[in-house]
Amino acid sequence: ALPEKVKIVEVGPRDGLQNEKSIVPTEAKIHLIDMLSESGLQVIEATSFVSPKWVPQMADQVEVMKGIQRKPGVTYPVLTPNLKGFQAAVKAGASEVAIFGAASELFSKKNINCSVDESLQRFDEVMRAAKEAAVPVRGYVSCVAGCPYEGKVAPEKVAHVAKRLYAMGCYEISLGDTIGVGTPGSMVDMLEAVTREVPVSALAVHCHDTYGQALANILVALQMGISVVDSSVAGLGGCPYAQGASGNVATEDVVYMLHGLGIQTGVDLTKLMDAGAFICRTLSRKSSSKVAQATCKL
Amino acid sequence: MGNFPTAVKHCLSYEQLIKDYPWLRGWLQEEKTKYPEFVKIVEVGPRDGLQNEKEVVPTKVKIQLIDMLSGTGLSVIEATSFVSSKWVPQMSDHSDVLRGIQRAPHVQYPVLTPNMQGFQDAVAAGATEVAVFGSASETFSRKNINCSIDDSMLKFKEVIKAAKEQQIPVRGYVSCALGCPYEGRIEPAKVAEVASMLYGIGCYEISLADTIGVGTPGSMLQMLQRVTQEVPISALAVHCHDTYGQALANILTALQMGVSVVDSAVAGLGGCPYAEGSSGNVSTEDVVYMLHGMGIETGVNLDKVMEAGDFICSALNRKTNSKVSLARNRKL
Repeated sequence: ALPEKVKIVEVGPRDGLQNEKSIVPTEAKIHLIDMLSESGLQVIEATSFVSPKWVPQMADQVEVMKGIQRKPGVTYPVLTPNLKGFQAAVKAGASEVAIFGAASELFSKKNINCSVDESLQRFDEVMRAAKEAAVPVRGYVSCVAGCPYEGKVAPEKVAHVAKRLYAMGCYEISLGDTIGVGTPGSMVDMLEAVTREVPVSALAVHCHDTYGQALANILVALQMGISVVDSSVAGLGGCPYAQGASGNVATEDVVYMLHGLGIQTGVDLTKLMDAGAFICRTLSRKSSSKVAQATCKL
Repeated sequence: MGNFPTAVKHCLSYEQLIKDYPWLRGWLQEEKTKYPEFVKIVEVGPRDGLQNEKEVVPTKVKIQLIDMLSGTGLSVIEATSFVSSKWVPQMSDHSDVLRGIQRAPHVQYPVLTPNMQGFQDAVAAGATEVAVFGSASETFSRKNINCSIDDSMLKFKEVIKAAKEQQIPVRGYVSCALGCPYEGRIEPAKVAEVASMLYGIGCYEISLADTIGVGTPGSMLQMLQRVTQEVPISALAVHCHDTYGQALANILTALQMGVSVVDSAVAGLGGCPYAEGSSGNVSTEDVVYMLHGMGIETGVNLDKVMEAGDFICSALNRKTNSKVSLARNRKL
């Protein structure tokens, strides 16, 4: 049986914009987030408190946090890779944060220059500080269906990292198919392993559409009891590991599918498409959402 | 296992236990979704794809495309359409294409035949399998082929009668199975009615087409539940358009219901004539990637399909619609 309601976690302003070639001016980011706030979305990942040296697109993190109009009932989590980032985030008004672990050792080494266990130890500091400040923390696991360096990733490894993050105190674990190679086959295998260690109500899926599999993967995840789905307005954000290929699944396409299944999301698709149209104009790019591209009137 | 008592046999071999008591399988195993072991892909790129591309492709390019596809493991390649060239100029070289291709053994090359004239031309050009197109929407039928659903069935009956005499199998399509550009929502009962009509007059397989791609797993499930009340599931295929990005999810839903024939087009050729600039057919590459990832066999070599896709896209001077092809062509 499918869930009656699905919570959409909108990652466009962070995961999306972080992976776009053009850098978007701060006012445009703020306007995008404000438009998304009006569309019915309950969670909008606003920015990332990573050092601007690494991610210049997120250099205006503080202005964005301070500039957005926070809608009541909507949370605006931000990424915090370490204690310094966490402190800066809280100072800028963040009331929810997220940390990242990888299910692949090589990916962890190449991405943040340390082993998976070492990265989780670094987050211990963030978890302690977050507990003291009563700030909820979301955990991401990347490479859950495959790694650009290691290739296949064992479901048990994904389960191990997810379990660690959950035990450390993350209230929700988002399982990320970072390079979009997953299929309903590997997705089910992975979820079976993870749901043995973490309750399904604490899990989310973050599917990339690089191989066009995202909606099918999301569907099997829903069939397994998952009721939180990450997506990005207009499918913002390409794949840094496949030049020219797509990345995040488009929120419009996910919402279209969910509503077609009779599942409630609280999202107004028209308002969402308006936000998508706005950011695509700003970026001078076509939307990656097929729903947005289809002009067929029904 | 010789003289072993049955109980011991069962203790030693789970497979033997299930073989002797098949009903135990569901009871003992975890509830796991069952999928077909093998899915037949019906490649419609050279017809449905090229028919809906803006550029008209020269005959020898069409022939080369089909010949390349013949080497990929695909067992069905819809080669062309014997519709009047007045209506579909892209298919005006139908006889030359059918005569020019190198037919691979174990591969079928069905062609569309809307009426007796088309059927006769197709047979004269060597066709050994044909297809007819019905619609679940009265308005679409009138606008597309200028006659009512019932009248179209009369035409198809003629074709099927002649086809039977020559032992030529006929496939039936039902367009607008999940929505119509004119009527909007289409009742599953109507789809079932038309599918049943086509099956009743002698089509061996009925392809249910989401012509404008508006279907979702929700409407696909409802439609299939109703159609399977009238037509056996083994005789059904799904033809999903990806205009709203729902195709793979819809195909997955169909597979979960037991459908094991899927139509697709190499490189996702063919836009949507009802949604300017939008995509149409789902890409064969993306479908095959999903099926193989699920452990479902297709007999198709994905790399060879991508090669055929690369060829036709460069001939059409366009980018592929296949995400798998886009992803694979890039270096890590």
